[in-house]
Amino acid sequence: MNKEALVKVKNLKTYFYTEEGVVKAVDGVDYEIYPGETLGIVGESGCGKSVTSLSIMRLVESPPGRIEAGEINFDGRDLTKIPEKEMRKIRGNDISMIFQEPMTSLNPVYTVGDQIMEAIMLHKKVDRKEARRQAIEMLQKVGIPLPEQRVDEYPHQLSGGMRQRVMIAMALSCDPQLLIADEPTTALDVTIQAQILELMNSLKESYGMAIMMITHDLGVIAEVSDRVAVMYAGKVVEYTDVDTLFEDPKHPYTWGLMNSIPKLDKDVDRLEAIPGSVPSPLNFPEGCKFNTRCPLAEGKCFEEEPPLEEAASGHKVRCWRYEDLEDIKKRGERIYEDRGVQK
Amino acid sequence: MKKEETKERKKYLSNKEKIWRRYKKHKLGMIGGTIVVLLLILSIFAPFFSPYDYRKPDYEGAYMPPQPLNFVDEDGELSIVPFTYGVEQGMDPETWARTFEINPDQKYRLQFFTEGWEYELFGIFESNIHLFGVEEGGTFHLFGTDKLGRDILSRIIFGSRISIFIAFFGSLLSAVVGSLIGGISGYFSGKIDLFIQRVIEMFQLFPQLPLMMALSAAIPTTWPPILIFIGIVVVLSLIQWTFLAREVRAIVLSYREQEFVKAAQALGANHLYTILKHVIPNCFSHIIVVMTLTIPQLILAESTLSYLGLGIQPPMVSWGVLLQEASNLQTIGQHPWIMIPGAFIFFTVLSINFFGDGVRDALDPKSN
Amino acid sequence: MISYIIRRSLLAIPMLLLVSLIAFFILTLPPGDYMTSYQNQLTSQAGLTTAEAEEMANEMRQKYGLDKPFLVQYYNWIKNIVTKGDFGYSFFYSKSVSAVIWSRMGYTLLIAGLCHFISVFAGVFIGIFSATHKYSFADYTFTVLAFLGVSIPAFFLALFMMYIFSFELGMGVGGLFSDEFIMAPWSLAKVWDLIKHLWLPVVIVGFAGTARNMRVMRSNLLDVLGLQYIQTAKAKGLKNKTVIYKHAVKNAIKPIVMSMGSALPFLITGEMITSIVLDLPTTGPAFYNALVNQDMYLAGSFLMMIAVILVIGNLLADIALAWVDPRVRYN
Repeated sequence: MNKEALVKVKNLKTYFYTEEGVVKAVDGVDYEIYPGETLGIVGESGCGKSVTSLSIMRLVESPPGRIEAGEINFDGRDLTKIPEKEMRKIRGNDISMIFQEPMTSLNPVYTVGDQIMEAIMLHKKVDRKEARRQAIEMLQKVGIPLPEQRVDEYPHQLSGGMRQRVMIAMALSCDPQLLIADEPTTALDVTIQAQILELMNSLKESYGMAIMMITHDLGVIAEVSDRVAVMYAGKVVEYTDVDTLFEDPKHPYTWGLMNSIPKLDKDVDRLEAIPGSVPSPLNFPEGCKFNTRCPLAEGKCFEEEPPLEEAASGHKVRCWRYEDLEDIKKRGERIYEDRGVQK
Repeated sequence: MKKEETKERKKYLSNKEKIWRRYKKHKLGMIGGTIVVLLLILSIFAPFFSPYDYRKPDYEGAYMPPQPLNFVDEDGELSIVPFTYGVEQGMDPETWARTFEINPDQKYRLQFFTEGWEYELFGIFESNIHLFGVEEGGTFHLFGTDKLGRDILSRIIFGSRISIFIAFFGSLLSAVVGSLIGGISGYFSGKIDLFIQRVIEMFQLFPQLPLMMALSAAIPTTWPPILIFIGIVVVLSLIQWTFLAREVRAIVLSYREQEFVKAAQALGANHLYTILKHVIPNCFSHIIVVMTLTIPQLILAESTLSYLGLGIQPPMVSWGVLLQEASNLQTIGQHPWIMIPGAFIFFTVLSINFFGDGVRDALDPKSN
Repeated sequence: MISYIIRRSLLAIPMLLLVSLIAFFILTLPPGDYMTSYQNQLTSQAGLTTAEAEEMANEMRQKYGLDKPFLVQYYNWIKNIVTKGDFGYSFFYSKSVSAVIWSRMGYTLLIAGLCHFISVFAGVFIGIFSATHKYSFADYTFTVLAFLGVSIPAFFLALFMMYIFSFELGMGVGGLFSDEFIMAPWSLAKVWDLIKHLWLPVVIVGFAGTARNMRVMRSNLLDVLGLQYIQTAKAKGLKNKTVIYKHAVKNAIKPIVMSMGSALPFLITGEMITSIVLDLPTTGPAFYNALVNQDMYLAGSFLMMIAVILVIGNLLADIALAWVDPRVRYN
């Protein structure tokens, strides 16, 4: 990639100071998003992927949360340093965001039109009439039938899929350069999921914006991402383009994720499963944070945290033993126990 | 399988610990809880803590102002054991009002575990030992005396018995009635539910205090004390049960569709059994919270009724009864210390409110 | 909407009838009636013999129908209310019940209304302030004050305030007017005198209500501020103030609006007890006297009137709720 990165996140650390101790939700994360591309961020719940996105928007609840260290370079500015007033001009205008729960992400007491117009009037400095016209246009673009009627309806009158379309319309109403989508399809039916993803893909093309797609669903990643950052316990553990990731996962965690979902094109009757769950952020293990669940963990893995190193051109991985994993893959062996017969 | 089970048990235990930990973190709740325990001890062992017989009049010493404990005497000499001065009565030559003069020559030292008036505890133990008193010949009325010369502190201590227990029983009764009726209403739904809801709505259409006043006015003052006590408990709970019934109904409605209730029914359990065994226990923590928060309201209600002369009747004493004497502006102007029982109502209600808040946060962290 | 209001009002009628029946029943529970004490009065004060007094009392009973069975008495009472607007006769005040209630209801509604207004506005604004300044010194102060507000019995607060103002500060309190204005016609000076007397009962009665509303508002607003649509609003680039006042408050205020109807009885009971202590010419002391003296038509009418106010209050609250929450409006 020769292009200038739109967003460059460097060594970002966001901690939460709770009564039980310091929760290192994001603990030294690096990635870039280029104009017009989709960066997928994938990981289990609690790995810090949502907090990363909220950090970019500077919407981490404070207290208890705080951006401890690092830089978020956007358009030549470091978002962690600029005053709140500047940040407000960026929110909803240059960077906008859609959330997981379409049922709760719209305010129940205002019409959808009011809520879209609010952002338009705020950033584009247009009058109510023009804002309403633009809001209707946006509703049309996101594929809502009868936008002139829908604009005056309340969120409870719309279905979940429709509401997510409204959220997208609201987010895109000011032509943002970056759209952050935090699990936008998780709460939707499978058929609606596909529609929403398709809509986002086509809008990305026509608006030329970049998307940061946060999800735990590898299927979504495969469908929309250009590049992928796999997160585990507040850190990026693997970072590469989407094809390479699916063909040649180098981190045992990514490998486990890939093999825990059924595939149609391969005749697999057994699925592997990663044992256990993400360690509590209050109580991370010494050394590699994946060592409590990793079948390959040994010696050094329990002592020292591996760095995110370039294993191949454009393919970074945070593991001491990725080369050993390579050998295992070549031999066609498995590293995880079977979960049982796939149905 | 076995491994799973032990894991579950461990989790359950730690859940109890969690409740206790959450409660301990609620500082006001801890303070409130401590005061509540102290008050309970005070009321249960009332005669032991009361320096004087709360019923015994002393016409000579009527409306005696509070006697402070002194550590330093008139000559500036420090005394390790605090003492009270002797009090001599006089008459203001102009206003003809009675006055109480301190006699600095008479000093009576404070003593602990002194012998005083005789009492029976729980109708079994007879004793005349009291926590404190002053040396023979002196008087120690920390909060002064009332119009009949009765010790106000002792009356407050005895009054706490009725004020606290009437509220406790009232809240208990309303919890039992409320959760049972609420449970039935939510469990059966349909026509029974509709009927019970109408009844509850009707109860709530009555404004609380006037209804309470009307009901307690219907209790004949000639009844024996115990019946009046029960009568007031019933009146108080009659007002309160509807609120609990509504809440329990809502919870039961949400539980009704859940598997364990269906499973119990499928196994052929009868309705009452299912409600008592499976539904009510699930609302238990909620019921306890509501009960705790009902008690202070009932203390307020009882004191109001008794203050108006519609609740507890003398010679029984509750804090509200004590405040009846303070209903005349002239009287409180001359003897403001007869308002002290009001401070006890206030601190008790405040403490139980704090305590209830702590209990709610501990049992039901989501609700706050 | 209008048909909804009409339907609700019609539904309230049988409810009120039932309420009045029960109220009437409760009032007949105590042994004896007003004439029993009237009879005693005649013998002790007017010097009549027992037989004479009893005869007079019985005459009175006959005249006012107190000798009839309970249901007949109730039927006659309700019939007169519906057909003639006649609420019966108050023995204690020797006036018609309507005359007693109407001469006092105005002040009751004035005090209760003022308190309602103050407790909603003050409660909501302090609640918003506390929630947005969570764990600050001011928040703790208000929280403690709110706890005081719900923990102090209204009658004791009234007593205590009366004591403080009369004896410690030397200000005359009690009543609604100074002596020279009681019989005077209305004038600016009289209104000013009323205000000077009114503020104390309003503060006493409004304190608990303000405290309740403040606590409800604070916890609701904190709940709402944690919801997703607040983050959506922030993500649009709105100012924090806009987010709170436009997006959060309108949602958090719902329970307060809903409870506005049921808050009325709290205020009326607070007003009642405060008026008894401060001796104000409102309905509270009249009801109390009626109860103590078994003046049953007065007590019964009063109970019913409060129930009517409650029904109206709930109806108004429902309408207000529909205005705040579109989901109610569209159902």
